[in-house]
Order: sequence, then C-alpha cells, then structure tokens
Amino acid sequence: MHADTDYTLAELMIVAAAEAWRGDGEVQAQGIGTLPRIAAGLARLTFEDGLMLSDGEAYLTEDPVPLGASATDRPAPSGWIPYNRVFTTLWKGIRHAMVTPVQIDQWAQTNISALGDFAKPKVQMLGVRGFPGNSISHKNSMLIPAHSKRVFVADEVDVVCSVGYSNRYWPEGMRVPEIKIGIIVTDLCVMDFGGPDHAARVLSLHPGVTFEAVQAATGFALLRGPDMGTTPAPTAEQLAIIRRLDPKDQRSKAIKGNPPGQRQAA
Amino acid sequence: MNKTTDLAGAVGTLKDGMTIGIGGWGPRRKPMALIREILRSDLKDLHLVAYGGPEIGMLCAAGKVREITYGFVSLDQTPLEPWFRKVREAGQVKVNELDEGLLLLGLRAAGEGVSFAPTRVGLGTSVMANNPYMKTVVSPYDKGDVLLAMPAIPLDVALIHVTRADQRGNTQSDGPDPYFDALFAGAAKRTIVTAEEVTERLDHSHPEGAQKNLFVRGLVKTVVHAPCGAHPTTSHGHYGWDMAHLNNVYGETAGDAAAWAAYMERFVRKGEAAYLSELGGAAAVRALPIPVF
Repeated sequence: MHADTDYTLAELMIVAAAEAWRGDGEVQAQGIGTLPRIAAGLARLTFEDGLMLSDGEAYLTEDPVPLGASATDRPAPSGWIPYNRVFTTLWKGIRHAMVTPVQIDQWAQTNISALGDFAKPKVQMLGVRGFPGNSISHKNSMLIPAHSKRVFVADEVDVVCSVGYSNRYWPEGMRVPEIKIGIIVTDLCVMDFGGPDHAARVLSLHPGVTFEAVQAATGFALLRGPDMGTTPAPTAEQLAIIRRLDPKDQRSKAIKGNPPGQRQAA
Repeated sequence: MNKTTDLAGAVGTLKDGMTIGIGGWGPRRKPMALIREILRSDLKDLHLVAYGGPEIGMLCAAGKVREITYGFVSLDQTPLEPWFRKVREAGQVKVNELDEGLLLLGLRAAGEGVSFAPTRVGLGTSVMANNPYMKTVVSPYDKGDVLLAMPAIPLDVALIHVTRADQRGNTQSDGPDPYFDALFAGAAKRTIVTAEEVTERLDHSHPEGAQKNLFVRGLVKTVVHAPCGAHPTTSHGHYGWDMAHLNNVYGETAGDAAAWAAYMERFVRKGEAAYLSELGGAAAVRALPIPVF
C-alpha cells in the first residue's frame, strides 16, 4: 500500500482532474488522453455516480473501460453512442470534456489547429476538430502536462478553436451564450477562469510549487484564488482505483520523467 | 438490374475537378481500393470532402488534390495524417477546415436540398475567419439568435466502403458505428460502393442484416467487389486497421517524393491482386485485429 507521500505527479493530477466533474450529474464525461480518461473513471467510481462514460469507440459503459483493455476484457455496453449521437449529446449540452490544448490564452480560448499563419502554417496540428461546437455547447476542462509560456501564451492563441471570454469573434447583435470553462489541471497547479471578469486564478498549488513559479511559467497575469492551498494528495483508495483503471501504468508516461507528487522528495 | 463493375470501370466515371466525398472515419472503413485506382489514374484537381484518414494523405502525396474540406485528417493513434501535414505546411492545397459537426451539417443540408444549416457551432472562434465564405443569419423568430449559416456541401460523387452489397445496390455495413456514410450518400449526385462481398440478392443471402443498410439503393449507382478493399483501414467484421503499415510503411514516405514513388511502385501500380500478395495475402489482412487503447 502506498504511503501518503508515495504517489506520482501524474496520480496527483488524476485525482485533481477528477474534481472537474464533481456536481455534474448525468452528463457524458469525456476524458481525452491518458490522465483525463483515468480521471473521468475515478470521478464516476468515487463521487459522481451519474456520469455517463464511453468506451472510446461507440458504446456507453457503466463500468469504466480500463486503459489498454482487450476486446474481451471490456465491460459490457450499457448504451450506444456512435458519433452521430456524440454530436446530438454535446449540442444538447449534456457533456463535459477534459481536453489538452496546445495553446491557451488569458481569455480561456484554446488552439489545437495550427501554429503560425493559417494559410501556410509553421506547424499544422489537429485542426479545430470538435472544439468550436464543444465549447459553445457544454463545459470543458483542461489538463496540461507541461505548464509553460508556450502553452499559456502572452497574446491570443494563433487559431481560436474554442470560445472563451474574449468578445472579439461574436457576430454583431448576437445574444452571447454562457461559456462554461471548468478547471485547468497542470503539472504545477490547478487553475480556473473564475476571477473578476473571468481572470485566470490559481486554486491550488501542487506540493513544493510556489505561486511565483506558476506565474513565471505563464504568459499572462494570474490571481491567487481566495482559498489557494495545496492540491490534496491521493488517498490509498483513490490510488487503488487508479491502478485498476490503468493496470499497464500508461500514466507513468504521461508526464515527462514521471516525477513524484511531492517535488521536495525528488 | 446490375450495378456491378470493376475498379477501373468505377473510377472511369470520375472527372478532373470533381468534388468527391469519402465515407468512413479516420482509419476506419475507407474505400481504399478505389483510392488506389484513382492513384493509378490520370485524375487530378480533385476537391475531397471527408472525416479524413490515409486516403487524403495518399491523394495529396500523388498531387491529385486541389482542395480539402475536412473535420479532421487523422490516423487516430497518430493524431495527424503525415502527408496531409506536409502539404498543409507547404501551403500546397486550399483547405476548408471545419468543426466536425459543421461538416455533418453541411452534408445534411446538401442531402435535404437546402442551401445552409443554421447552427451555433463555429461562432466565437476563428472558423469564420478561416472560411471567409461563411455568413451568419438572424433567426426570423428571435433577433438575438444570430447563427452561423453552414453552407450545404453538395458532392459530385460519394465513395463508400461497405461490408456487403448486392447487384442492385443494396448494402449492409457491419460495425458499431454507422459514421456519416448515409450523409455522404445523401449529399452526392451518385454513390460508388466497394464491398467485401457481393451477392445477387441480399434479401436472399442476408435478410437478417437489413438494419445494417445505411442508405437506400436508389442512391447507389455503382457496386464494386473489392475484398480487403478498405486496407490499411478497418473493415468491421473482416479486419482492423493496419497500424504498422500506416505508420511504418506508408507514414515513412511523408514529404519524400522518392519514398512515395517507391510506395506507389511496390503497393499501388500493379493492381489490387499484387497489393494483397505484397501484404502476405488476404488471410494476412483478415488476421489484423482492431487496435484497442
């Protein structure tokens, strides 16, 4: 059994990320990527019983699908969610995704499309994919494995893929919808955009990380959250569930060097 | 009624400059035998519309593409299609980069015969700036409801891979997800299908599979028997996508004209029978599992 200090940063981030879905009820929890996917399963199994989980192909499952599970090891399907129904679900707003953008700006806008000039990009990335529709339809949280000024950019993101709190792009006369940004879990801290006028603020610092270090790695000004403390360590129960959801330890490859959760112990 | 022909007969009906929709999703259920036949042809200047996978990259590698309308171009575990990335970064093709849902709405509008679909999707982002032909529309019922008017995406032809078909153009598609094959067929003037298996009458041979029929046969004008014709992408119930081929054989050619020419020579130029034997035969393809993550 792990002692309280014996956990990795990835495991700390999974536990913090699971909190994104607290209170959501019956929404489709879509964790995209290794850590968000484990986090969604952890939330479902420990405190948010209503969450709907998908197997990443075409079915909903009541039990989370462990990472790397073979076809025969997968839990039986409980519902059907082919891509057509993914769109109707998300446009209805009953979904909450956790995504990993390449760039995030001070208005919570994100970019996964391209870097540089869109007509001839320096780096073509994924394209806007589902980000425009997701972000105008339902809540989105984020997980960032390497907090830096290259991710949290000083200016606007190169291609605005998801809507945020900038008013630049709304058509004239439009009644602007409520935009829901959840939490942003990074390798340094947990943030949100819940400050005055949707300013970014730090909600908690991971063990051994200072506010100044987070600010120095961020291209725009951060506020200290009202109760800014230390991100809670995983409990033994949470760690046991995480190991069950990720039996092949894919989480050890999610953060460079797989550092311990307590940085002083490094 | 008999709509069957061979790959050359089907591709012979295509013309330079056409807008061609391609069914499937990323590395899943792509009509790759038709794509290889296009690669063997003189066709050029094509406008491709797809939830794209390797078919987009291969046609770009061969210089046959003028324009791409896409929700993504991806090999799934390799998130960005390697040749697509090269031609994008070289600025070589015109692109209409859409939200995945906008592509759905544009195809649906074309199938319904209306000129646009109203939606909130895309508002508040760079989508309209990067697709400057897009306009907004004000709801006639609520003037504060300003919506993006997603233009219809009519197709000259749709290319779709199915599990089985009959001579009359009835089809069945196995697998857990219909994707948007029905919308591609609906948006197109006509549809060409490739099938793992072709029978005389599906109502005689496979009546139990009628609910797997994704679009009515009146939309299907051409049927081609193409066993393993989705390789290197998935054909559900028959074989999974070939990650090793996509990443290490095809993917390695990205941006390298000589390597692409060698791929064409080894896998494409000599036809489908030679393609299958180069892969170790149909049995080797049918042994490929669907990758899990």
